[in-house]
Amino acid sequence: MGLARYIAFRALLIIPTILLLYTLVFIVLRVLPGNPVLAALGTKNIPEEQLKALMRELGLDKPLYQQYFEYLINFLRGDMGYSMIIRGRPIANDIADKFPATLELAIWAMVMSFALGVGFGYVAGKSRGTALKHIARLYGSITYIIFIPALGLFLQLLFGRWLGVLPTGGRLSPGIYINSITGLYTIDSLLQGDFNTFADAIKHIILPSLTLGLVLSGPFTRLTLSNMERVLGSKIVVAYRARGVREEVIARHVFKHALIPIVTYLGLQFALLLGGAVLTETTFNWPGLGTYLVDKIMYRDYTAIQAVVILFAFLVGVISLMTDVAYALIDPRVRY
Amino acid sequence: MTLNIYTVIGLAVILVIVLMALLADFIAPYSPVEASGMELESPNPLHIMGTDNLGRDVFSRVVYGARTVIVVVLIAVILSGVIGTVLGLVSGYISGVLDKILSFVMDSIYAFPSLILAIALSVALGPNIFNAAVAIAITYIPTYFRMVRGQVLSIKNESFVEMARALGLPITRIMARYILPQLTQTLVVVFSMNSADAVLTEAALSFFGLTVQPPTPDWGFDLYKGRGFILSGAWWMLIFPGGMITLLALGFALLSEGVSQSYVVKEGE
Amino acid sequence: MSEVLLVEDLYVKYYTRRGIISAVSGVTFDVIKGEMLAVVGESGSGKSTLGYAIMRLLPRSGAVERGRIVLDGEDILRLSEEELRRIRGGKVSMVFQDPFTTLDPLRRVLDQFREFLAEHGIDAERGRIIAEEMLEAVGVPKNLANAYPHQLSGGQKQRVAIAMAIALNPLLVIADEPTTALDVVIQRQVMDLLDDVKKRGTSIMFITHDIALAIERADRVMIMYGGEVMELAEKSMLAKRALHPYTVGLLSSMPRIGSEKLPSSIPGYPPDLRSPPKGCIFHPRCPYATERCRTVKPILSEVEKNHFVKCHLVKAL
Repeated sequence: MGLARYIAFRALLIIPTILLLYTLVFIVLRVLPGNPVLAALGTKNIPEEQLKALMRELGLDKPLYQQYFEYLINFLRGDMGYSMIIRGRPIANDIADKFPATLELAIWAMVMSFALGVGFGYVAGKSRGTALKHIARLYGSITYIIFIPALGLFLQLLFGRWLGVLPTGGRLSPGIYINSITGLYTIDSLLQGDFNTFADAIKHIILPSLTLGLVLSGPFTRLTLSNMERVLGSKIVVAYRARGVREEVIARHVFKHALIPIVTYLGLQFALLLGGAVLTETTFNWPGLGTYLVDKIMYRDYTAIQAVVILFAFLVGVISLMTDVAYALIDPRVRY
Repeated sequence: MTLNIYTVIGLAVILVIVLMALLADFIAPYSPVEASGMELESPNPLHIMGTDNLGRDVFSRVVYGARTVIVVVLIAVILSGVIGTVLGLVSGYISGVLDKILSFVMDSIYAFPSLILAIALSVALGPNIFNAAVAIAITYIPTYFRMVRGQVLSIKNESFVEMARALGLPITRIMARYILPQLTQTLVVVFSMNSADAVLTEAALSFFGLTVQPPTPDWGFDLYKGRGFILSGAWWMLIFPGGMITLLALGFALLSEGVSQSYVVKEGE
Repeated sequence: MSEVLLVEDLYVKYYTRRGIISAVSGVTFDVIKGEMLAVVGESGSGKSTLGYAIMRLLPRSGAVERGRIVLDGEDILRLSEEELRRIRGGKVSMVFQDPFTTLDPLRRVLDQFREFLAEHGIDAERGRIIAEEMLEAVGVPKNLANAYPHQLSGGQKQRVAIAMAIALNPLLVIADEPTTALDVVIQRQVMDLLDDVKKRGTSIMFITHDIALAIERADRVMIMYGGEVMELAEKSMLAKRALHPYTVGLLSSMPRIGSEKLPSSIPGYPPDLRSPPKGCIFHPRCPYATERCRTVKPILSEVEKNHFVKCHLVKAL
């Protein structure tokens, strides 16, 4: 099988996963108690007639199977539907608005966790003693227990309140505006050559991405360390040395070997990243999809929740596809 | 099994916090829900962890707050452990269509961010302690399911299991006597790792106000409230509840690390 | 007579969790220009350790305790890391047992070759020419130069390894069981290739457990047991008149065409090198062992011209 066919095959596999999650969310939302109309109004004292009218307007009076398929078909047509709470507001607009914020946070957090985690693992893996290796292993297996809001708020206290060098929330300081191109402010500001805005955007994203990145960095450290150790002890390295190749150059080649299992892990990390983003966004008032989703869950905005869940499932699927392809590109032994 | 240093430290931390929850009535100097001082007092001899914005003793709230998290974690982990293990045993042992469907459902749940699922479930079920525990439990079932199923698949064709089958022992008996005992090691490790995770998920649900209702003390919710007082510099409202969440999760994480290390050593010998 | 390598009274120990292992004890020998010296022994005899010690590539648990290793007039044990690096692959190079694990599977053959040359100060353009020439010389098809190692057969990989080992015209190639992982036909081809290398004037230290192959291919054969040299002689001498009981045992354990006798193996086990036996290291397995063998260590002595034996029972002729 060629690479293109493999990608197509893997892409097809995303569909049943999305369908299943949509079905799951649909059932959870409909079968379990709770009603978006009442939740939106915040009261149960509403005349029967008015409630029915509202339900009809939102399509909630139709049989469940009809609601299920109508939403699905509309979604496939690219219509994510309208909010059930803020009437007349298209979900697609909300998502277009919030998604770039989450994407930007996710990218920077990935960069942070990769740099911290892989960097630490690399240094510990190269070190000759065992002390650093022990510390790295422990770091690797316990960083995930850091409670994101606890760390995030502590960093806000430290850098925002006590040292006063970094802002405690939001994406930009008040009074700073940006013309959105990609929606990723650190990139948009650079594209427009506006370095003040760029600096401001960076300042705002440091703490959230550091918080999320630190929590997710542990497995990278562990994987890098154990892979470096494995490859450094292999005959490949002895053979490199026997050819008189310099240690720095060997370390670079070894790192490539160590990277392969890490790349596979990136895909798995992504689901954790989305979960962590919800907490990080809330902690730092980051106007992204995570906060949006929690908000909509609280109000039982069915259409909005369904749309975000499908989007998340899609993202998880696409990222795992991308990591598989990246894996194939790094390791020439992989066949399809 | 030799006791690993991590196991000892982890167990000690967990034990201290459990005792604190059990003996809260004797340890806490004040009521956790009534004002016992001025608003936002910084730590002082009368209030060693200061007071919150309503003048309540933070230390007393921290002590009582341990109860919420421990109850939720206990229920969640036991529930998911039992259900996940049973489903995994059945699915792995019987195979066929049921196995395929269950595996697919479990894999899909597993792939989805568990925290988001837990939030959605606990909102749908209604915010209270028990529902929060159930919501957390559901998100962890796949972890046990996948692990147990995988082990069953590799064990079930071993000679001693085939012998038991040939003897005509009932399936339930084969599972209980021959398969389950083989799984205990892995289950202990997953169980403690899961508990660490459950502490964090409970704290997250509390952070969003999905477990207890105010004024009941709860670390996650107290941390959320403390967030509003960062600019007032009321660090004690953040550090103590946040620190306790991390400490308890750390206890379980060390326990799991220690237990898995002693198993590895044992296998290596 | 010009010697390329001189090893004098070499001791190597491994410090492991289970104890200190005396892997090589008091080994002295030389390699002459343009010859193939076969080092024969069972696993654990210290023959590979010897090779790695000469390359200064012992694992971290291993250390040279005593002795001299002189390559081309320079004591290798006194060189700095950087000087060593230049010598490895330059004056002395190594071919390993398993070509499947020694080439980097993630990088193209030609890239690895050129990197090796570049590390020895050869510029990119000349490196490419040399690499292509060498690969052609060892019989690797041109179109495979840009392949990844997994696309090559075992024999082709070993050819690549040999091509790299001889690219810089080293004085000595240490070949550590270079054919063990290969099938018989390929084995023959690789040995022929090593013969060609020898004809170019490069000395070869051929490490093997196969005494028949050693006698067939090498100029001189050195027999090792328990980290010590038991016998060292020209191959014709050894084939005609092996003197050490261990060598005799090895020779009779190899099957011969036309012989009525079944091959017999030497009874007993190799010594535990954490606490080697007193006296002659071979005495527990030696059918002729005397009281003296159990208490006094024999020394390696020249019993006839160019024939060295370490045994109390063999008198000078």
